[in-house]
Amino acid sequence: MNRFEILRTGRAGSNEQVATPGAVSHRDAPPNPSAAALSDKFGSAIQRREVIWGETIVYVDPAKVHDIIRWLHDDPSQQYDFLSDVTAVEYRDAEVPIEVVWHLRSLPYRRFLRVKVQLPKGQPLEVASVYDIYRAADWLERECYDMFGIRFRGHPDLRRILMWEQYKEGFPLRKDFPLRGRFSRSEQLRQSLAQNPEARYSMEELSIADAYAELPEDMRKRLSLGERTGE
Amino acid sequence: MSKRTVEVELSTTGLDAHGRPQRVPILTDDGGGGLALQAPAALEPELEGEHMLINIGPQHPATHGVLRLVLELDGETVVRCIPHIGYLHCGFEKIGEYRQYNQIIPWTDREDYLNSIGNNVAFALGAERLFGIEITERCKVLRVIASELSRIMSHLVWLGTFCIDIGAFTPFLWAFQRREEIYRLLEKWVGARLTTSATRVGGMAADIPSGWMDGLRQFVRTFPQTLEEIDRVLTKNAIWVGRTVGLGVMTPDEAINWGLSGPMLRASGVDYDVRKDFPYLDYETYDFEVPVGTNGDVYDRYLVRFEELRQSTRILAQAADRLPDGPVNIDDPRIILPPKSKATSEMESMIHHFKVVMEGPRPPIGESYFAVESPKGEKGYYMVSDGTAKPVRWRIRPPSFVNLAAIPKMVEGHLLSDVIAINASIDIVMGEIDR
Repeated sequence: MNRFEILRTGRAGSNEQVATPGAVSHRDAPPNPSAAALSDKFGSAIQRREVIWGETIVYVDPAKVHDIIRWLHDDPSQQYDFLSDVTAVEYRDAEVPIEVVWHLRSLPYRRFLRVKVQLPKGQPLEVASVYDIYRAADWLERECYDMFGIRFRGHPDLRRILMWEQYKEGFPLRKDFPLRGRFSRSEQLRQSLAQNPEARYSMEELSIADAYAELPEDMRKRLSLGERTGE
Repeated sequence: MSKRTVEVELSTTGLDAHGRPQRVPILTDDGGGGLALQAPAALEPELEGEHMLINIGPQHPATHGVLRLVLELDGETVVRCIPHIGYLHCGFEKIGEYRQYNQIIPWTDREDYLNSIGNNVAFALGAERLFGIEITERCKVLRVIASELSRIMSHLVWLGTFCIDIGAFTPFLWAFQRREEIYRLLEKWVGARLTTSATRVGGMAADIPSGWMDGLRQFVRTFPQTLEEIDRVLTKNAIWVGRTVGLGVMTPDEAINWGLSGPMLRASGVDYDVRKDFPYLDYETYDFEVPVGTNGDVYDRYLVRFEELRQSTRILAQAADRLPDGPVNIDDPRIILPPKSKATSEMESMIHHFKVVMEGPRPPIGESYFAVESPKGEKGYYMVSDGTAKPVRWRIRPPSFVNLAAIPKMVEGHLLSDVIAINASIDIVMGEIDR
């Protein structure tokens, strides 16, 4: 094999069937065949199916979502092997439940499916993690937790990712979070000035170098009291 | 010990009788009258099993932005890598919920700032699906030109900085010279170089000026020469190959499972390009090929991106030839602003102008996820509308965010210097990762 050449090129040519046609109707487009297959397989766990702008949405039972995504991933007739996105939607109407959204793609079948779970307000926002099915879920779920406070059960390392670990103002993308933040500018400034500049490493990282023993006394004390340090 | 860094004391082999560090002979008597190299383990026996903590970034030129990597090293080998992101987080998605659709377009410039006009196009396409708008043929071709120019720009920046990270300087200058030409073209078209804000829901901010196509044609004609020059300098260069082959390998299954997209995924041998698999903007009618690698290492990513530069030039040539005449914007006064001359002279146009600016166009209730093939990978805009002029949720699916998540997997077991090459091969833009 010539190492200096790309071995092959992908699909070229224009006569294949187009997966996303241009003109689609708002609600009447044909659904993704996987939606019907899901209903056959899981019955009442599939609460509702909808097609908007040609994209099929499947609302599923929060308790079953892991099984359903596992089946979509593993079943040879589905093969949703690519997790595009994990995110959440909170509506402006406070009565409407928060939705967790998975965007799945099947590369072999060139299909796209949106799986949704509704989490009612007033209950702990918790749903199963798909980390063990897709490693792509690692950071996406962390971000979703960071922004919405949705806990993904089974995620091995669910901590804040974009905000720092000591961030106390809550979850920024929730609708009850004001655009300018919960704290006043002066309070935000005070907190950032009060931050301990040497505490840039998490406990995990300190354990790498066995550096814990070499830390200053006060820092060791604070760490032993459970203070999270990393960013 | 400094307060900011946690260091491990590197122990010496000990002190001699005078308190000076002991010298260890590298060559020792091999017993037969000659000299033999001592095994490294014998030289530094105390260091075995000692792991070191190294912090790269957040302000480091080789991290391509404010990325911080905490590395656990065994000697020079990376055992573990813990990335930290979020230093550039400014809440684009939150701000988008307080903006009308056209007002979000300037924010899309600033997330993946190397691909700003491509983001404009992607966002406009997503919003148009949400509105149910079919754009005009001329607009489609102009947007293809914008996306491909943007891909070339982004790949040129990647190529230049990747060269610098690995130690080659000349191709950087060649790449940035050509990139400057594209910026001049963009400046002529939309009046801005970096923050283009070139699209509007339902059309473009401006049609191309007269004579612009000649500039594009000249670029398309001369650009392959630059590519040939860079190709000649890099592709078979022994240092280049030595620094890139076999690094950061992702197998096809791993690459899919980790959610990699774009050149990262294709270098691993997975034939997935949004332009081919879920076509938009009539990409299925253009004649171009999608390069696919075989080994999934840094070198294959280089080859794939390099070939994409050639293919984008091909698409540009075809788009320049087929650009139809006709209007750029759709004919719907509820969405598109009337011409300024009419807005100041006709009552009806003035009302439309006022309504579009003050109230903003309103999509029907619904949601759409529109993915495009950005230079970094699959970039998706997920928008949810409740029927008002501002989205309930505007979500960016950032390709480099998901690609970067695989860096701990890719750098493990490689040398510290290779971390820089692997990180550069991901082609990250922190503005997009942190948003």
